[in-house]
Order: sequence, then structure tokens, then C-alpha cells
Amino acid sequence: MITATNLSKIYGGTKVLNIDHLDIPAGQSFGLVGNNGAGKTTFFSLLLDLIQPTTGNIFNNEITVSQSEDWKPFTTSFIDESFLIGYLTPEEYFYFVGELRGANKADIDAFLANFEDFFHGEIIGRRKYLRDLSKGNQKKVGIVAALIGNPKVVILDEPFANLDPTTQIRLKKIIKELTENRETTVLISSHDLIHVTEVCERIVVLDKGEQVKDIKTSEATLSELESYFSGEVGATKAEEL
Amino acid sequence: MFKRFLWLEWKSFFRSASVGKSIGLKVLLIFLALYFSVAFLVLGIGLYPLLQKAFPDQDPLQLVNRFVLLWLVFELGFRFMLQTLPVLDIKPLLNLPIARRKAVNFVLIKSMYSFFNFLPLFVIIPFGIFCIYKGDYGTWNLIGWMVAMIAIIQCVNFLNFIIKKKFTDNLKALIPVIFTVVVLGALEYFEIFETSFWFGRMLDFLVLNPYLAIAPIILAIALYKWNQLNLESKFYLDAGLKEEQKDADTKDFGWTKKFGALAPFLQQDLKLIWRNKRPKTTIYMSLILLGYGLFIYPSDMYQHPAMYVFVGIFMTGIFMINFGQFVPSWDASYYPMIMSQNIPMKDYLSSKAMLISLSVIILAILTTPYIYFGWNILLINMVAALYNIGVNVPILLYSGSFNKKRIDLDKSPFMNYQGTGAAQWIVGIPLMFLPILIFWLLDFFIGFEAGLIGLSALGILGLLLRANLMKYIAGVYRKRKYAMINGFKQTGE
Repeated sequence: MITATNLSKIYGGTKVLNIDHLDIPAGQSFGLVGNNGAGKTTFFSLLLDLIQPTTGNIFNNEITVSQSEDWKPFTTSFIDESFLIGYLTPEEYFYFVGELRGANKADIDAFLANFEDFFHGEIIGRRKYLRDLSKGNQKKVGIVAALIGNPKVVILDEPFANLDPTTQIRLKKIIKELTENRETTVLISSHDLIHVTEVCERIVVLDKGEQVKDIKTSEATLSELESYFSGEVGATKAEEL
Repeated sequence: MFKRFLWLEWKSFFRSASVGKSIGLKVLLIFLALYFSVAFLVLGIGLYPLLQKAFPDQDPLQLVNRFVLLWLVFELGFRFMLQTLPVLDIKPLLNLPIARRKAVNFVLIKSMYSFFNFLPLFVIIPFGIFCIYKGDYGTWNLIGWMVAMIAIIQCVNFLNFIIKKKFTDNLKALIPVIFTVVVLGALEYFEIFETSFWFGRMLDFLVLNPYLAIAPIILAIALYKWNQLNLESKFYLDAGLKEEQKDADTKDFGWTKKFGALAPFLQQDLKLIWRNKRPKTTIYMSLILLGYGLFIYPSDMYQHPAMYVFVGIFMTGIFMINFGQFVPSWDASYYPMIMSQNIPMKDYLSSKAMLISLSVIILAILTTPYIYFGWNILLINMVAALYNIGVNVPILLYSGSFNKKRIDLDKSPFMNYQGTGAAQWIVGIPLMFLPILIFWLLDFFIGFEAGLIGLSALGILGLLLRANLMKYIAGVYRKRKYAMINGFKQTGE
């Protein structure tokens, strides 16, 4: 579904992302892990054509994202609060996104009914603008909006951050359901190794823009990742000494 | 501490996304400033001899004093529209060990050095010196007068500051003040009670007793204190939020459904305008400026039809200019979303063009009562509207592709006059003067009808080519997309 070839991004002489080849088949739940500055958000921004690659290309369903807008109808995303329109109420925002994706009001109402639990009564019908919601609630809105209109590709940057524990657990359930029928490709980045190993069948570790690990998730994955990251910490400490 | 604040401002200016544009405009503004300085200086030097010649039996100083109040009222009006108040982004300062008062003082003292405060000095000082040498007043008397005038100018400065900061949230509170001014103006006009005369008499008295200059100084200090207290009370993150606790407005502009595929975007833009203070004021501005014709049409001074073309372009296009020049910066805070959602660039721009065109049509309809001043005025206004829709809308959208300066819609209006000021008015000039030039040439060489037909033809041509133009402009926007996304991420001036 998504292929990156020879992809790199250089900011002022520093390579922040450098991926020779990455292929994400349709229907996969794909996790991206790495420390700050590893290039996770850069990769997602390239995939959404929000920044230009220095070299290489990303293909989304065989469409070159930087050359055509045709990937937009089947791709949804939530990166940060710049994806929310602050002066709309959550409902209006959902309806707006719905209209962009060919869903009418009734469809959206039916769709939102599935998320009553997730919203925990703090989103719908509160007559508040998105800008007046808390960070966590804004995130909930952004994530749910990214699920509207049966997208084929869903991109979520750090979806678990800022959410309360109950919501994190519910979100994991939602993501698992989404990939159950293997029609939706889900891309998630996270700092939380436990969550990401739980919901993703494949995990790629980035370090300073390079792809250092590509793991098919199994029982042993969590401990492998933990030892990798603690080892990395140990190694840098040793170097410093 | 002041040095540090200045250092911060310096950095924010040279590190902002729009530094090239800002410097270009600054240069232009400096030229304008020089021009006005020279003009005022010439006036200041020439005023005394001129008055002496024109009114040989009257004392020039007393004559000038009688016009001071009138000048001050005009100056306040100009400042209100043009003067950009100093901006300091307070949020990052709140949790640092910086006394509130110091930050507030910095902003206020900086405003004292505004160009608007220096301009009158070019008149006051030469005129004062002339009075000392040529008139029969003592040196101390005139120094007292000059000090008083400078203090009065500062009073106007701080008065403007308090009006902008305290009352823009709550314009209703200003109604009694405006009412008083109007009443005094009317009394003056009908020569029942001439305030400016009595104000002049007070100044004459001050000249005779120069120590009274202390009174305007005290007034300036009092106004400074008022500003200080007002700003300090707003030095909180939630200062702008208090009134927003009320329920969200959920008007959904259902009638836009008629516009088919563009409906969701139109709805979006209407909500944008309706729910955010900054774009909302553009509507009020447009309605107020519809009255512009009343000043022009009855006057004998502007009888040339080219002037009417200017008025027509201006009145029907004021919303177009005010709103259009900031496309797509209005959507800055969620531009990445617009760029990654299922929104073709062409539809996005077409909806903006549609909204602006609708505004032109509505404003054109609202100008129809001006038919009272003659058929040709109605005709000119309609032709101007057509020209606005056909030619100026694409021009504005095209120029919008160079915007990469963010507008924060949901930032509290406290200390936020982002991107407004004299600079914005200058950008509007080519939009207004190109059609005037075209009309004037055709009118001059062929005739009035030719001018109208020429402008209409251009407008219709623009409409016929609209689809192609929009395609081209969308291409430009796509090319500039990355620079825009990056620029919109940057906050601050």
C-alpha cells in the first residue's frame, strides 16, 4: 500500500530521515518507534506531502504523494492540533470532515454513536468550541475524525500521548477493531512501547533517521524493544564516560 | 530588563517567516515617514509667516491655538486606524521572574517613541521658535507652550492606547464618548458653543502663565497610569477568555447548500468570519465604509468620474480587500489539515473566490441608494463591482499565494494587532489604482462610456477566464504549499 524508496530529508546539512526502502502492505498495522528526533513525524509529514523530500519518493497506493492529490480521498490522518479547526464545535468539525469524505449528517451521527464510550460524555453536545477543549479531548476529536469515511490508510502520530488511561485502553480496542478485517492500513507512531506492541503487528525502529529494526510483533517483541532502548541508553552513557 | 525586551523584539523580527516582506514594507514606510516629516517641517516653518500674511490683524499663535483641538481629534482618528501598538508576546514571560509592571512599562514607554508622536514636533518646534523671535511673547512662555503641546500629544497617544486596549472588546462603552464628541462637533458646526475656541482660549491663558504646562503633563501621567493598570489587569493567560464561557454559537448557514460542492467550504468560511473577532471586524468595517460615498458625491471637490471609480471600487471591494489579502492566512492554524484532507486546492480557492464575489455583489446592492446622486454613479458602482469580481479577485488570490504569515484567530485580542497597520493599506493600492488609471485613460481619450465599457470588458474577460485563472493560481499555491505550511507554524509578528 505504501512504499518509500530512497527517501531522505535533509535540514541544513543534517540528515533527519534516510530510508532506503520501506514497504507497508495493505491492511497492516504498522508501528513506528524511536526517540525524539528519530524522524517519525518527518516520515508522516512526507507521507502527507506536508514537507518535500530531499531525495526519493513515497507512493501511497502507487500514487506519488508529492505529484498528485489523488491519495487524499482514501487517506486520513491526525498529526497534531493543527489538524483541528478551533472555532468549530466537535460536531460541526465531524460534519465538515464527513462532507469532505462523502458522508452526510445522518451517517456521521450513526458513526459517532459508536464512540460514546470513547468520548466519555465530554465531547458531544457540550456546546463548546474545539479551541476551548482540553488537549486530551482535542486529541480524541482528531483521532475519531481521522476514522471517518472508511479510509484505506490511517495515520496517527502519537495517538496515546495526552490521553487518560481509560481512553488509552479504549483507543487500543478501536485500533484493533479497525485492522481486524485487514482492509485498513494503520500507521502509528508512539513512545509507549507497551501500547505499540499491543496494537501493531509490525514495528519499525528509527534512530536518527535510519531504520535500525524491523520486527514482526510477537511475545518477545516488547522485551526486545526494551533491551534495545535501554541498551542504547547504556551505550551512549558508556561513550560519554 | 528593557535591553532584554528589545533584544527579544529584535530576534523575533529578524527570525520571523516574513522578514523579507517586513523589511520591504518597513523601507516603504520609512519613505512615507520621511515624506510626511518634510511636509510637516515645511508647514512648521511656513506657518507663522503665512498666517501673518493672511490674517495681519490677528496673532498667529492664538489662531493656531484655536485649531489645536480640531487637529487632536483628527489625529486621534488617524492613530486609531493606522498606529500599530507595540506588541509583546506575554505568554512565555508569565512564568519567568519578570515583574508584570516592567513588561507593561516597556510596552507603554515604547509607544511614546512612535513616529506619530514625533510628527507634530516638526510643526510645533519651528512654529514655537518663530513665535519667540517674531512675536511679542517671552521665551519662557513659548517653552511652556511647546512643553504643553508635547504633553498633549502624549495624552493623545495614551488615549488611543487605552481606547484600543480597553474598548475594542467592548465598543458599546465608547458610545457616550462618541455621543459627546458628536454633540460638541454639532454645537461647533452650528456655532452655538465653540469648544475649539474655548480650548484655544485655555491655551492662550497657558502661554501667559507658562507654569500651567504642568497640567497636560499631569494628564499624560494619569493616562499612562490608567493604561498601566488596565494592561496589568490583563496580564493573565485567561484575560481574553472570560467572556468566551458562554455557549458556542451553532448557526449552520444551511442556505449555502445551494452552492453544491463548494457548500461545506463556504459554510466553513462564514463560520470563520462569524466566530472570530479579527475577521468579524472586517464585516463591520465594510458596512461603515459604505458611507464613504456620502463624503464624496455631494462634494464639489471630487467631480471627476475617475474619483467615482475609486469610490466604487473601494466601497464594493472593501471586504474583498480586507479579507482577501489575508487568504490563506486565515486558515493558518489548521493549514496542514486543509492540505492533507480530501480538499482539492482548486475547490478550496474557488470557495474563497465565491465568498469574496458574493461580498462584492452584496456591497454593490447596498450602494444602490447612491442613485440619488445620479445615474452615472450607480453605473460606475456596478461596473466597479464587475471589475472587482472579474479582475481584482484573481489578483488578490494570486497575491495571497505569497502569504506565509500566520494569523492567530483564537489568540486573545490583548496585544494582538498582528499584521494590521499602515502596511496593509499600502498593499491595497495597486488594486485600486489600476482600474482608475484604465478608466481615466479611456475617459480622457475617448469618453465616459468607453471608460465604463473598458472596465466592464475587463471584468467580463476575467469572469470568462475564471476557470483557467483559478487553475493557474491553484498551481501556484501548490508550489508554495511547503513554504506556507512552514511559515504558518511560526507564531508572533
